[in-house]
This record gives sequence, structure tokens and C-alpha cells, in this order.
Amino acid sequence: MNISQNNNSQPVIKCDSVYKIFGSNAKKLLDQSEGIVDSQKFQEAGCIVGVNDASFEVNKGEMLVVMGLSGSGKSTLLRCVSRLTEATSGKIFIDGEDLLAMNSKRLIELRRNKMGMVFQSFALLPHKTVLENIAFPLQIKGSSTHESIKKALEMVELVGLKGRENYFPRELSGGQQQRVGIARSLAVEPDIWFLDEPFSALDPLIRKEMQDEFLRLQDVLNKTIMFVTHDFDEALRLADRIAIMKDGIIEQLDTPDNIVLNPATEYVRKFTEDVPREKVLRIDSIMDPYDPNISSSINIANNAIIETVAEKILHSKESITVIDNKNNPIGSLNPSKVIKILFGDKI
Amino acid sequence: MFLDINKSRPKQFGILFLIFFILYFFIPHNESSWLWRLPPLLKDIPLMINNLLDNLMFNWFKIQVWDPDWEMYEEKTLFRQITRGIASGVLFFIIFIREIFLGGVQTISSITGDGLIKAFNWIYLPALPWTAVVIGAFIIGYKLQGIYLGIVASLGFLYVSIFGQWEPTMETLSLVLFTAPVCFILGLGLGIWGFFSRRVEATLQPILNVMQTMPHFSYLVPIIVLFGVGDHAGAIATIIFATPPMVRLTILGLKKIPPDVVESGLMSGCNKFQLLFRVLIPTARRDILIGVNQVIMQCLAMTTIAAFIGAKGLGFNLKVALNSLKIGKAAEIGICVVIIAVVLDKLSLAWANKQKNYFSNLSFIQKNKPLFSFIIFTFICGIIAYFSSFYFAKGFNYLYIIPFDKGLTISPYLDSFVDWIWETFFYYLNTFNVFLLTSVLGPMKQAYLNMPVVSTLFLVTGAGYIIGGLRSALVVFSLIVFIALSEYWDRALITLYMATFAVGVSAIMGITVGSLCAQNDFTTRSILSICDFFQTFPSFIYLIPVILLFGITDTSVMIAAIVYASVPATRYTVEGLLSVPPSLHDAGSMSGVSKIQRWTNIELPLAFPHMMLGINQTVIFALFMIVLGALIGTEDLGQIIMGCLSRPNGAGIGLTLGIFISFICLAVDNLIRTWADERKKMLGIN
Repeated sequence: MNISQNNNSQPVIKCDSVYKIFGSNAKKLLDQSEGIVDSQKFQEAGCIVGVNDASFEVNKGEMLVVMGLSGSGKSTLLRCVSRLTEATSGKIFIDGEDLLAMNSKRLIELRRNKMGMVFQSFALLPHKTVLENIAFPLQIKGSSTHESIKKALEMVELVGLKGRENYFPRELSGGQQQRVGIARSLAVEPDIWFLDEPFSALDPLIRKEMQDEFLRLQDVLNKTIMFVTHDFDEALRLADRIAIMKDGIIEQLDTPDNIVLNPATEYVRKFTEDVPREKVLRIDSIMDPYDPNISSSINIANNAIIETVAEKILHSKESITVIDNKNNPIGSLNPSKVIKILFGDKI
Repeated sequence: MFLDINKSRPKQFGILFLIFFILYFFIPHNESSWLWRLPPLLKDIPLMINNLLDNLMFNWFKIQVWDPDWEMYEEKTLFRQITRGIASGVLFFIIFIREIFLGGVQTISSITGDGLIKAFNWIYLPALPWTAVVIGAFIIGYKLQGIYLGIVASLGFLYVSIFGQWEPTMETLSLVLFTAPVCFILGLGLGIWGFFSRRVEATLQPILNVMQTMPHFSYLVPIIVLFGVGDHAGAIATIIFATPPMVRLTILGLKKIPPDVVESGLMSGCNKFQLLFRVLIPTARRDILIGVNQVIMQCLAMTTIAAFIGAKGLGFNLKVALNSLKIGKAAEIGICVVIIAVVLDKLSLAWANKQKNYFSNLSFIQKNKPLFSFIIFTFICGIIAYFSSFYFAKGFNYLYIIPFDKGLTISPYLDSFVDWIWETFFYYLNTFNVFLLTSVLGPMKQAYLNMPVVSTLFLVTGAGYIIGGLRSALVVFSLIVFIALSEYWDRALITLYMATFAVGVSAIMGITVGSLCAQNDFTTRSILSICDFFQTFPSFIYLIPVILLFGITDTSVMIAAIVYASVPATRYTVEGLLSVPPSLHDAGSMSGVSKIQRWTNIELPLAFPHMMLGINQTVIFALFMIVLGALIGTEDLGQIIMGCLSRPNGAGIGLTLGIFISFICLAVDNLIRTWADERKKMLGIN
């Protein structure tokens, strides 16, 4: 560990031109291609491209949502970063440490202390109760039974499963099972939290409930998160930044606002088309720079979602002042702009 | 007409049969012609096997071994030392377990040497009184499932003891209690190895296939050559027979684990051992424990056959009773075997389904309550047995061990029942018997024997080609030509004719009964539990009632084989029909199908691949029973295999013929499986 750990500017996860190509002669083909991978050509050679030249960083406390349809390589990317599959080429750094250069002992140590992961199909151990499943990573780590059970009980309470400690996974509903999965992944208090389509197997209502729960948890815990989903709305709801993937390539990596307002490619635009912008965009993404000449009796917060304040804005005849969380005016907004968002096609 | 022949299977088969019959009728019956019979080019294989065994045991790898009795070095072969070492190790454990149940001095003497026993002749490992074993069975049953199973288990043992079969039953049980754990460990180990290494699995698969399809008799003689005669030889034969299902189920169970679960283990930071023992094996627990159940049942089924190479127990007594045609006696012993089988089956299944409660807050005594109560009860039973020894001072101590044949018996009643059946139904049974033999079996046998070898080979290879392409054709051809090149082709044809008949009848019966029973819930459940019940019977047992009814004829063997082999046909039919998705039933109902239409248009096509796998099992089961039928006299391959038991140098022939039978099974297996897989792929069923 030659790089100092307490360097705040250093990203927690850093990927540098990561490739994952399945197939027996993948490595050779990749070396020949000099970094420019055409998945069509590779497929003809008997290889399947999972991840194609992915580079990104995730900072401390940030939630990166990787969004893509099935087969887009999003889960493969997550598995490369957790090293459940070996990347074919590229560099991955966890807190500045080269993940791909770690020996298995160091990797196990890292997983035991720093990483937690939640799976789409819950992946609970069927022979263990809720409590034992949650305590499992702790016991694997070598904690005493007493200690791990104590910690597991805390986790049970955190995810709201109190009273069901001694149930077996098969006795729980999908939502409850995923709560166990979440509790298990958090039991070792990891810094980095991987979630692989955690809510995709759940009913829409439960999914919504779990997303709220998840946001509540993240508010308390403030982990560094990589979250994989195929649901664009989910991505918009949860993400600090979204990476949209197609055929192994990251098409666009940006904040939800920017993705909705400025889709980088035709593919991304298709996703954003039907998104009700007033439900996604925040005031500061559409406000004009602050003009001290405009004085308004109404102030609105810069981070409010448009929909929630639309009525207030539309009641006003003139421009409104936008303030940040310290009540400093930072922008102004003309109601006509909001009308455009609500009823117009484009801004 | 011939243009679309590439697409139409029925037409392809039509042409195949046409050419087959042309060959059949036009190739002259001429012993010296290769078209009629192939020359026995491979007739030396048995000899080579014998020589190999001989050299291993007596000639190769000689080492000097210190002989304590003669106080000098002796020249012995390494291989022989190893097999003898294994034999004595196995024997020690069997006798140790046996003496827990029956008492004795051999365990003590083999640990301390003869001197101690001779010096103090009161030294003796006392037996568990049978009362204690019955209570023990109750406690285990109660602990595993509840009061009901406890009662069933204890009643089973109670029956065995009061009907005077205690000693042989305990001998059998000691064999099972030794072989089952060995099979479990071996099977689990090999299964795990096979799971981790694709190459190991690829090597294991054909070996397991041959092991599971080879009739048990065929490897008895080689075992005698290698390990000698006695309980240990029986145990080793049992282990060979009972391990394969454990290996298979272990691999199957481990493969079924969703990748997510493995990944969750890895992300929890498991190292290799933690992953194996704390994630993989516990997750595959159910399949592995079903494997344990299979192992126990197979071990029990094998004990009877192990009796042929000197294993003591129920099997031995059964064999003696059957040989001397004491049907009543045989039936009585048979009932004991079935009872033990049912009890062990239920206990092991209960164990498989039991969920452990890790975190119940119990004290040490509470946790081990069953064990302590067993110890207390044993102590009480011991005291009772001790005092009753004064009461029964003159004769046998009935509260300690009820000696063999000194309990109650029902065999006179059974015998008179048999006599009554003979007297009442003899005419009908005999008419049926004679009809079957002269009008069906006889002509069929002759037709098979009149088949020129070329036409047979053409038929099977052609079937292989049509079903599975060049690869299947080659596999099937080489398996069958191997038999054709031996001296035993005619015998193999007889085996084949019996198998064809038995499989045909079983399949029709199984599919009919299965289809009828699958029509409603109640009959479905009933037929499945009947199948379960019949499958717990060791194969040997089936012979008893048929001999009773038809005497010693081919008919008996046929009927035993048909009954035995109908079980898998029925079970797979029911399972196949049940696996038809309910949405298709609904779709059919909304299209207004009648019951018959539903069966022919929806259920049958979808269930057929699975049903064919049942037929595959039926073939194996039928061949097993036919070889076993040699015991009561048939003239096929089985008869020679049986004969090898009493022949010097029988090892080679026995093993070769066993491999022949196995090859027949494998050829059928290849055809059916290839076809079923293709169908399944076509229908999109996994």
C-alpha cells in the first residue's frame, strides 16, 4: 500500500480500461486488437464481449448506478470490480490498491472487511436461519458466536426483520429475503457496497418500498455504492451518477439530471424519452444564473424536484429566486420554463 | 416417396426394419458363415483377466514380509498384502459392530491378542439386550420425526426379535452399518472431486455407468479372488454396488447450487475449505442426504447377494431357504428384510428432511436427552436381562437375545397357505404357465436365436444412426459387436429375448397404470407411495412369491422381472405426466379437448421424453432380475455368471459376462438418452 489511504481526493473504486471477454482465446484477440474491440468481429471468432473498455471512478459516499438491459454487461462489470470474474485486461483500484494484482489471501481479507454484496436472487443459504445467514460473513471472518450473533441481531433490527430471526429463508417473502441479503452484506460494516439488481425480483409495490428503505439506509450509512439495475426509473430515483451500458460499452456516465437533459447517444435518448422530467429534474438543473435585479417574495430550494414545487412556481407571475441550503440566493427561475418542462417537448 | 426420407423418422425406421427382415430371412443358417455368427475372436478375454488377477496376487511386485509365527521373512506380493490388509481392516469393523449387538470376544482378542482371552476366559463383550435396541430404535425415530416414526421403528425391531430372526438381522444390520458410512464417505469424496474437476467427472461417468449396470454376481468372483470369502468380501461387493448413486447425487446436488449462492459465499470472504464445508455441502444437503438414503437401501439390497460370497445374515438364511424350497421360511425371512428396509428407509428419509436448530438455547443435557435416555434404558434393560438369566436359567434368556429360530414362527401357516394355493389354483396356474412357455416364450426365444448376427448388428447400428447420428451408431455398434465376438452370443440372445419380453410387458403395464393413476390427486399419491414401497424391497424378495406360484420356470423369472421393472416405468410415467405445465392443461380445456384427446395430444407428447427415461430404468431393472433369475434356473448369460461362483478361474468369465450385460444396458441407455435429450430440446423442457 504505497498510496496513502486517507487521501480524500482518491476515488474508492477506480477502473481503467477494463475489458471482460469470454472465450478461450480472448486474451490473444484482445492483445491483437490494441484496445479497439468490435463485438461483432469477436463473436465471429467465438468470443463474447462482456465489458468493453470501461473506465470510471466512484468516490467515497457516492452511489454509482450501472444501468443497462439484459446482456449489456452491467452485471459482468460489477463482477469484475468485485473480482468474482477476472477482468481480461485493464486496471481496477480499490482505495488505490491494485485489485487484480492481489493474491487470494489479500482478496479474501478485502472481501471480509471492506466489501459487501447483495444478489438479485437473494442467494441466502437455505440451511441457515435469518440470524445465521446474517451472521455468516462474521463467522467466516472468525468472530466468536456471541459477537457475531449480537451484531447480526443489530442488523436484523436495522432492516426491520425483528421477530423473524429464527425463520428459514423459504419461510420468508421475496422482500423479506432481500432484507436478509442486505443485512448480511452489511454485517461486516463494509466500506464498499455492491448491489446486483437487488430489487428486480420483487413486485412493483415491494420494490418501491425497498427503494425507500434503501435510501433511508444509505442516508444513515453513507457507503460507497455500485448498484446495478435494468430499471431506468430506479436508476433515476437512487443514483448520484448513472452509467448507461450497451453491448459492454458505457454509453454515458453522468448525473441523472444531465442524462435526462442531455442524452449523449440515441440509445440513451430512447430511455429518457418517456421520463416525466418534472419528476426527475431538480430546480438547479433548469434555473438561470442569479440576477440580483429580480426580487421575489417566494424562494424555493435549489435541490427540490420540479414537480413538488411546480404549483408554487406557477402561482407566481414573475421570476422566482432559488436559494441553496444556506439560504443564499444562487439562481432565478422564470415560471415559463417550468410550463415548458411540464407541457413542452424540449427545453 | 424416398425424397423426404431425411426428415421422416418413421420412414427411416421402416426401411431399417425392411432391410433387417430381408437379412433375417435370406442369410442361411450356417455355423461356419460369418454372416450367421461372428468368430469368437475375443474368447481369450476371460483368460486374460484371470491371468492378470493371478499375476497380481501371486507373481508381480514381490516384497519381503516378516512372519511373526514362523519368525522369518516370507516372499509375498505387494498387491496381495494390500488386499489382505483391507480385508482384515474391514472385517474388524464389521465384527466390532456385530458384537455390540450380539456380544462376542473377537474384537477384544484382535486388539489385545489371543493371550488375554485365553488367560481370563470371563472376558466377553456383552451384547445389547434386544429390548434396548427396540427402545433405541424408538428414541431415534421419535427424535428424527416424532412419535409415529418411533413406533414404526420399534415395532419393526420387535417383530424381528420375537420371530426369532434377531441374530441374522443384527448380522445384516452390522454389515449395513459398516458399508453405508464407507459408501457415504467414498461417494461424497469422489462426488466433490468430480464437481471440482471436469476431467475427473468425465472419467468417473463411464465407470459409474458400468458399475451400476453390471449385475452384482459378475464381480463376486473377482472379489473372492482378491479378498477371500466372508463378511468382508460381502461388504466390499456391497460398497462397489452402493457407492455410485452417492457419487452421482453428490455431483448433481453440487451442480444444482445457484451461482449466486457460491458468489455470496465468496463475497463473504470464504476460503476454499469454508466454501466447500459451509456453503456448498450444506446447500446441497438435501440431495446428498437422499444419496445416503439410496446408499442404505442399496446396501440392504446387496446383503442377500453378498451371502453368496460368505456374508452372514438374513441373506444367507434366505438363500438356504430358497435353495431347499422352504417357501414359508423364505417368506418369513423376506418379511424381516422388508421390515428392516422400510425402517431404515423411513429413518434415513426423516433424517434427510430434518432441519437442525442451531440456536435453541438448550443445556448440554437437554441437547443430548435422547442419548442419555438411551443409556439409561440400556442400563435398565441390562439389569432386567441379568436378572432374567436366573429365571431362564435352564434354557435361553429371552430377555437378552432370542436365539435364531427360537421365537414365534408363522412359516407352518405360510407353508400350508402355499399348499392351499397349489392345490386350489394349480390347474389354472399351470395352464397359464404352459401356455406362456410353449406359445409365447418358446417361439420368441427361437426367433431370437435364428437371428443372423449381421442382421442384429445392422438393426442396432441403424437405430443408433437414425437416432443419434454417426456417433451413436459407432457407440452402439462397438458395444454390441464386442459381445458378438465372444463365445457367448447365443446366451446373450436368450438374455436379450427375456429382456425384450419383460421390458415390453413392463412398459405397457407401467405406462397404462401410470397414465390412469395420474388422472387425479388421490390415485397419483397412492401410486407414488406404492412405487416407493416396492422400491424398498431388495430385488431378491421378488423371487419368493413367484416361485411360490409358478415353481422353477422361465415364467417365474419373467413375472418377477416384469413386476420389478414395472415400478420405474410407472413412476416415470406419473412424474412425466405431472410435469406437464398446468397452463397447458387449461389451454387444452379451453380448446375443448376430451380426456382421451388431452392424453394423446397434450400430456403424452410432453411427458414422453421423461417416460422414456423410465423405460431406460426398466431395461436395467429387468436385466438385473433376469440375471438374478439364474438362481432359479434359466439358461441365459446369468446362468453362466452364477455358475462361475463355483468354478475355479470363474473370475474372468464372470467379469466378462457382467460387462456384456452392462454393455447391453449402455447401448440401450445411449439410444434412449440421446433421443430423449433431443426431444426435450425440441420441446424446450429441461
